[in-house]
Amino acid sequence: MTLLTIAIDWFYVTEKILLISAVLAASLVIAMYSTWGERKVAAWIQDRRGPNRAGPFGLLQPLADGGKLFFKEEIIPATANKFLFILGPSMAMLTACMTSAVIPWGDVLNIAGREVSLQIADINIGVLWVIMVVGMGVYGIMIGGWASNNKFSLMAACRGASQVISYELPMGLSLIALFMISGSPSLKDMVEQQRESGIWNVLLQPVGFLIFLICAFAECNRTPFDLPEAENELNGGYHLEYSSMKLGFYLFAEYINMFISSALMATLYFGGYHFPFMDSLGLSPNTVTILGIGALFLKTFAFIFFFMWVRWTLPRFRYDQLMKLGWKVLIPLALVNMLITGAVVLYRSIGF
Amino acid sequence: MQILTNRAQPVDRRPMTFWEKLYLPAIAKGMGITFKHIFKKKATVSYPEEKRPFSPVFRGLHVLNRDEEGRERCTACGLCAVACPAEAITMEAAERKTGEEHLYREEKYAARYEINMLRCIFCGFCEEACPKEAIYMTETFAPSNFQRKGFIYGKDDLLIPDPKHPITVTKKD
Repeated sequence: MTLLTIAIDWFYVTEKILLISAVLAASLVIAMYSTWGERKVAAWIQDRRGPNRAGPFGLLQPLADGGKLFFKEEIIPATANKFLFILGPSMAMLTACMTSAVIPWGDVLNIAGREVSLQIADINIGVLWVIMVVGMGVYGIMIGGWASNNKFSLMAACRGASQVISYELPMGLSLIALFMISGSPSLKDMVEQQRESGIWNVLLQPVGFLIFLICAFAECNRTPFDLPEAENELNGGYHLEYSSMKLGFYLFAEYINMFISSALMATLYFGGYHFPFMDSLGLSPNTVTILGIGALFLKTFAFIFFFMWVRWTLPRFRYDQLMKLGWKVLIPLALVNMLITGAVVLYRSIGF
Repeated sequence: MQILTNRAQPVDRRPMTFWEKLYLPAIAKGMGITFKHIFKKKATVSYPEEKRPFSPVFRGLHVLNRDEEGRERCTACGLCAVACPAEAITMEAAERKTGEEHLYREEKYAARYEINMLRCIFCGFCEEACPKEAIYMTETFAPSNFQRKGFIYGKDDLLIPDPKHPITVTKKD
């Protein structure tokens, strides 16, 4: 009997570990500087200057904020469930970081004869993974609100949970319409298709994109959908009892979510790492790949800016308006969009 | 009803049109407004580096003036203290001795002169009441302090430097 030996490709393992570290580091740094960017954008929109004291242009501000959060007193309420209280922010952080695994950050890099894919996991259920992880994100809010043993936190958490569930549906439906066009739920395939045809999905699915965008705002709990946190009616929201870095984790997770959903929107609807005339420039494949990474990040930053821009423009929804928009407007709209897409796809493939 | 002004606007109670109900055009309009603000001039004055000029009638911290020969003008008459509605000014008078003529302009002078800047309301009545043109208000703020007693300004804080015997560094610099 021979022993079954599993060959481990150490280069593959190393490259994946490096890639995972790079993506995590990038998400954290970008989330960190999103807090700075948010304050800057807010200031610009309100004719102010924003942080400009800590370091050049206030660039050390996130470090100062982080330091402050670390040194603040950590309070766990006596009646709180300690285990869940700590689990809440950890879940929020974990789910926020997990989504990045399926996003293709670029095409393949050719390093010393090896083709290194710049996607952590090219699984053929890519988008389903995203929806699953985003859906799990609500556990962070729900557990946090429940464990605080505070009525206001619980109310806010319930609001967050029902909001995420309500908006998950149209989000999934708008994605189904997208699958009908691409024929594959793998994000890499979707990007490659957009690259080959040169037409970004936003042109084929404008309504789907709009629905996805609105749902992404709701899933990230960003204004105008930031119902889980409402200072005026809920004393703060699901993180009411949280202090120091646990609160920091919740807020930080929101920024990571924003970054990841921006990257996701860029990937799904705006061609990912594809940029116009990508393959006709006559550059070496590695240069094109690196330029592609730049293109993806540019699109992502544009979306992050958009998130902030909306936050400082629109007021928060009333809760019944939020539910009405989700169930009575977006879901029917997504269904109609799906129906029309299906009809067009059928017509294209078999005619009448 | 009689119309009092022509500024009254009738409230538009028409039901919203489909375009208005879409909500997105209104959002786009709002976004346009906020985007324009990004390029607008910022109203902020970066304070310690950039100071806004005060108005000529600004009433800031007080100074005790000297005459052209460098003698203190104040004769401790107490009119400023009487005029002060916040009762911030206290003083003790003393008599000038021979040999001190170069220090004090008249026979009586203020041995102690204190203004409590926490009480002071910067009304400027002291300046108006002074018959000797000894007290004036400047264009500076009281600097912050950790203790209340730091806000009781004595003669050494208030007197302007002697123009005949200039000192390079004043205490408050």
